[in-house]
Parts: sequence; C-alpha cells; structure tokens
Amino acid sequence: MKQLMLGNKAIARGLYEAGVCFVSSYPGTPSTEITEEAAKFDEIYCEWAPNEKVALESAFGASLAGRRAFCGQKHVGLNVAADPLFTMAYTGVNAGLVIVVADDAGMHSSQNEQDSRHYAIAAKVPMLEPSDSAEALEFTKLAYEISELFDTPVIIKMCTRVAHSQSVVEIGERVVPEKSYEKDIAKYVMMPGNAKKRHPIVEARMKNLIEYAEKTPINRAEIFSGEIGIITSSTSYQYVKEVFGDSVSVLKLGMVNPLPPELIKDFASKVKRLVVVEELDAVIENFVKSLGIKVEGKNILPVIDEFSQNLIAKSFGKEVTAGVTVEDKIPARPPVMCAGCPHRGLFYSLKKRNCTVLGDIGCYTLGAVPPLSTIELTLCMGASIGATHGFNKILGEKSEGKTVAVIGDSTFMHSGMTGLANVAYNQSNSTVIILDNSITGMTGHQQNPTTGFNIKGDPAGKINLEELVKAMGIKRVRVVDPYNLKECDAAIKEELAAAEPSVIISRRPCALLKYVKHKPPLAVDAEKCIGCKSCMKIGCPAISMKDGKAFVDATQCVGCGVCSQLCPKKAFMSTEA
Amino acid sequence: METKNIIIVGVGGQGSLLASKILGHLLMNQGYDVKVSEVHGMSQRGGSVITYVRFGDKVYSPVVDKGEADFIVSFEILETARWLDCLKAGGQIVTNTQQIDPMPVITGAARYPENLVEKMRAQGLKVDAMDCLSLARQAGSQKAVNIVLLGRLSHYFDIPEDAWQESLKANVPPKFLELNKKAFELGKHFIS
Ligand SMILES: Cc1ncc(C[n+]2csc(CCOP(=O)(O)OP(=O)(O)O)c2C)c(N)n1
Repeated sequence: MKQLMLGNKAIARGLYEAGVCFVSSYPGTPSTEITEEAAKFDEIYCEWAPNEKVALESAFGASLAGRRAFCGQKHVGLNVAADPLFTMAYTGVNAGLVIVVADDAGMHSSQNEQDSRHYAIAAKVPMLEPSDSAEALEFTKLAYEISELFDTPVIIKMCTRVAHSQSVVEIGERVVPEKSYEKDIAKYVMMPGNAKKRHPIVEARMKNLIEYAEKTPINRAEIFSGEIGIITSSTSYQYVKEVFGDSVSVLKLGMVNPLPPELIKDFASKVKRLVVVEELDAVIENFVKSLGIKVEGKNILPVIDEFSQNLIAKSFGKEVTAGVTVEDKIPARPPVMCAGCPHRGLFYSLKKRNCTVLGDIGCYTLGAVPPLSTIELTLCMGASIGATHGFNKILGEKSEGKTVAVIGDSTFMHSGMTGLANVAYNQSNSTVIILDNSITGMTGHQQNPTTGFNIKGDPAGKINLEELVKAMGIKRVRVVDPYNLKECDAAIKEELAAAEPSVIISRRPCALLKYVKHKPPLAVDAEKCIGCKSCMKIGCPAISMKDGKAFVDATQCVGCGVCSQLCPKKAFMSTEA
Repeated sequence: METKNIIIVGVGGQGSLLASKILGHLLMNQGYDVKVSEVHGMSQRGGSVITYVRFGDKVYSPVVDKGEADFIVSFEILETARWLDCLKAGGQIVTNTQQIDPMPVITGAARYPENLVEKMRAQGLKVDAMDCLSLARQAGSQKAVNIVLLGRLSHYFDIPEDAWQESLKANVPPKFLELNKKAFELGKHFIS
C-alpha cells in the first residue's frame, strides 16, 4: 500500500517491519519523531532514556539479549553516545543494532553543524544514508541485515530534509527474527587482552564491508553522459536530479561508510568532469582524492549550510531566478518564549538583578534574545553547571554573588546531575536554577525522568528533584513559582548571598501542556494605562503597544499575570465574567 | 506534468502542519508523486515557518527555491512579504490579512510595514487576500484559519470537491469535521 510518509516515520515503519523489539532514544530535532512514531506500535518496547549514552547502552543490552534494537538521536547526541559506540564496534552485536543520527545542516534547531560521517569513519562502523522516505524505510531493514551479517552496529545518517520531508513509501509486513544470548567473555569483555584480539576483527570486517559496498545495489551508477559525472548521496542527490534530470551521470551512494573505491574509479573513468556534491564536509571528495582521482567539490560548493536546487545550479554556472520583493525592511521573526511560558518570569527576575546567567539548551535558551537578553552562554547540554563552577572558582567573590546556572528539567537529567555533583564535591559557591516545566519542551513535549510519565503517557517512575539534589549534599534547596515575581526575586537574592552551593527549582508546567488550565485572557484598561511600557520588558508576544497604550492579544494571552505585576497603575484586568 | 510548487508560510503554531498534511494526502490520491517538507523544532516557537509542497509526475527536491512557487499560501501578511521571492512569475498568492507583530516590532526595534497587499498588487502580483481569522471564527474556531486558506486554494485547482472533502475527513479529528467543512466552504466561496 502506498502512503505519504515523513522520513522519520518511515524509519519507524522500517523498525516495525524489521522486527525490532526495543527502542531507547533521547529526543533531539530532527530525530525525535522516529521514536515517537515507533512508540505507536504496540509490538515495540519504546522509551525515552535520560540521555543518548544511556539510550545506546540500553539498546546494546537488548541486542545482547537477542532482539533487534534501535537508538535514535540528533547529531550532537552521538557526541554523548560516542563512548559506547566506539567500543561496540569491537564487541559487535548479537541481534541487529541500528543507530540513527540526524544531522542538521543549516542549523534549523541546533547549536552546531557537525558532520556525523566522521563518527562512522572514526568508530569503523558502516553508515547508510537515505535520500527520501522510501529509502529511509528500505535502508532501515537493510541496516539490520548488515548488522547481523557483519556482526556490527550500523548507523543510518539522516538530515533535516530527509527526516522532515514526506514522500511516498510502500509498506510491508513485520517479521521478527530472534536470537539467544550466549556468554562470550572474549567477545564482550573489552579489557586490553580481549580488545587486542577484537581490533583485527574490526579491521577485517571493514575490508569485507568495502567489498559489500562495491556490490550493494544501494550504491548505483546512473550513466547518462560522458561529460559530467556527479558523486552524491542523501538529499543532495535529489537536488542534483532536480537541476540536471538525466543530463548528467550520477553515482548515487546509499552507503557512505565504507566507500567503494573500485566503483568510484570505474565511474570516474566514464566521465570527463567529476564533481562530488555533498553537504557539510568534504568526506567523499577527500576519499576520491586519496584514490588519486581528479575531482571537484568544495571548490564550487560550500561547507556551510544546507544545499538547495538553486545553490547547485548556480555552482555549476546555471542561471536562477531571483524572485520578487515589495519591501526591503521586513522585520525578522525570531522564535520567542510563548505567552504564559513559565521561564519568562524567572528570566525577568534575573535581568532585574543584573545576574550573569550561564545557560544551557532548551526553550529557556530564548532568554538570550531581546528584550530579556539575559543568558550569556550556551554550549551543549549540561554545560551551564560545569561552566558556572569553573567561572566561580576563578572569579570567587566577584562572581559568586551574581552568577547563576540555568538548566531545564530534561537537560538536568541528561547531563546536569554530574555537573552538580562537581559543585557539591569540589564546593564552588554556585547557584543553580533548575527550570522545571515538567516536560522536555524544546523538542516538542517528551516525557523525562522527572515528569512521572513514560513515552506512552502512562504512569512511570518519577525522580524527585529536591530529594535528589539534597542527596548530593546541597543543603540550600528551594522551590519557587516563576509566575510570582516577588518570590523569584527573593529567592535569587538570598541564594546568591548564601556562602554555600544552592539550588532553586523554578516550578510550573509548560503553558502548552494539554492538562494545564489557563485563566481567561487579561485586558488593558486604557484609562489607567499611562503607556510607560513596563509590561513590555518581559517580551511577551501577546502584549504590544497600540496608540500609545498597552494592548493584549486575547488569542494569545493565557492570563499568567506576570505583566500585571509590572504595571505601576494596575491597568491589567481579568476578562473573567 | 511539470512539478508544481506550493509554499505554506506563517508563524510557528498557526497550524501549517495540518494544512500540508491535507494537501499532501489529496495530491497523492490524485495520482501525483508528492513531497512535503516541514519545519519542526525551534522555529515552532512563534518564529517564521515555511512548509513546501511539491507534486508532479516525478518530484526530486523536497524544497521550493526562489522564483519557483506557483502558489504562496500564507497565514500572515508579513510572512507573505518575507517569502515573496519564492514566487514564480505569474504565481498566485492566497493570503490571510491578519497581522501578528514579531518581537522586534513589539520591542520597538523595527516597524511593521504598511499596505503590503496594495504594494504587492501595485507590482502586478496576483493576490487573493482575506481575513481568514474572522471566517475561521465564523466557522466556530479561530484555529481553523488553515482550513479557510485551503478552501480558498481549492478554487485554483482542478480537483473535484469530493477529493478535498475526503482528505479533510482523513486528516481532522471526527469531532471537528463539521467545523472544518464549514471553514473550508467559507474560504472557498469568499468573495473578495
Ligand atoms: C546532546 C543533545 N541531545 C539533544 C539535544 C536536543 N535538545 C535541545 S534542548 C533539549 C531538552 C530541553 O528540555 P528541558 O531541559 O526540559 O527544557 P525546556 O525546553 O523544556 O525548557 C533537547 C532534547 C541537544 N541539543 N543536545
């Protein structure tokens, strides 16, 4: 049956058809929907793990137990999971183990633009790269075959445009292969004596995989012209076909690690001009060069940002249309904290106290944009606490009284706990604010270990943040409601003044959660409003100025009342009947 | 058939994902090859969002580039202006006239440009503009702006009414079907 399907959903379908029984992932755009969609199949056990490393190790355990397993993440997630990955290449697997890593060229929702193909090369693990949803489904099933045939984890590399595009797929049946676990210390216990024996196996496996890559139908030459030959993969293939149709020859690579030297040499010999079209780094191009073949690529194409058909057309000297404009000054529309976002009140309080705020990754990173402009650092998940610790150790009294780390509940579970352990252990006088909105917000509302629900929304274990923090030895722990500005301000003032590590938990569920009941929208009494713009300091998208007076957009306002606490004239009124 | 391109633009959270889903479903059932490219994640937080819908005999690229769109379907007039350079010469604009101030306008760092529809028409662009928010409210929910727009878009397609209805039915929850049917009709028969 034909269906229009999102690339990520097609991966989930592939997991189902390949008989996968276990999925453990951590959310991250653009990979999240794979696991969300897989969780809709009752036949597959699915979970959100606290972070990618735990997720991959759990998937490995399931493979060891004899069932096909999966772990999905975004590109930076694989940084976190890299440790188990590298050694899994040595142990190999039992039942098939497949990992999806979703790159984000163009940084639609990411803090960097790293190219995950380097991981496949460095870890010596095969990597497949689909170019649309049909291939996403097909390659997923193939990846399990390769995994079991070669006794290795297999990585599927997605990118935003394949992950988040829908195209037509043909669906099939589910078949569940089963294996049993057998104790094998020499294979699975990677201490030096054993690992030394496994490394040659890894190298031999890579050789065999090269032979596979030479023959697999997912690497295919489409010979149409002797003039131009393009080597490409993933979404770049689609752009190349869009621009050139069948007027150039194309070597389309579905397997990007290892690469097939003979296939490439043969293709190169059939064309006059050889060009590699690949997003981000010159991985294929450098390989082709290492074969002693003359090739172009990054001399005409960028290493930055994602591609498009026009970009490729232009790089080959073709003309493209510019399109019309009517207005030169179109104001930007950056993402903002939603109306009623519980993070807003807390950030306003930090701004008012002129705090140095070392931040983290989540919706609250928007605390860095005007008019709040409070966050001064965002590096990677969990870094807020480590960085605050180091910052305070160096600056001592100069920073301790005004510097805070801010970190979301999901991010704290992901990699903030270890940072706090360092604060508690090495005793920096740091203040950490956990922004507990009871959900993983940024990636679209996934449950996490603090929410009390699992991926299916059923009740699950719930970690109590206060108890956890206290157990680490932090004595000063308090909870505030970020809708209450006075309370926030007092807590920040007192905890910064304290001469020991402290944690403030700013607790209120995300305003977009279905179970959250909203108050009726507020309205401004134009008689009372003096147009002082005090309420505009919090950057609420529901408040604007109309004819010199504050105006509340009733379609957006959820009645949180943070603005009214700033009004000197009490001009905000409830619209409650 | 040569590939046709639609872009759907708006502000994160306005419901463009459902609109593209309904369109994609409809076009696939009409026998076309279809690709739909969406935005998830960061930009959904009130940022500017664009969705691409492409259909034809064989579609390769999932995105629509500058000067390629046969249709711009827009939830907000500033967004129409922002993505205008995607429009193909002779392309059709179907836009909501609603204005949503972006943060730089709210903070006073930028001004919301005026008379955008008039400026577009002055350039000879084909603009079908209407207050979809009022029509959506009339249908029963301000969330139905997306369906009002689709109703209007259906005007420009040679696809039977039944097929649109089927796609609506397949993609909206049953309890909102009547409301959405009404929104679709209001958009379709709007007289500008
Ligand atoms: C290693 C890594 N994994 C995943 C992500 C994607 N990601 C960014 S923020 C975030 C979680 C945010 O949740 P939370 O900390 O609860 O803050 P909220 O968005 O709810 O405010 C995730 C999963 C990432 N940036 N890096």
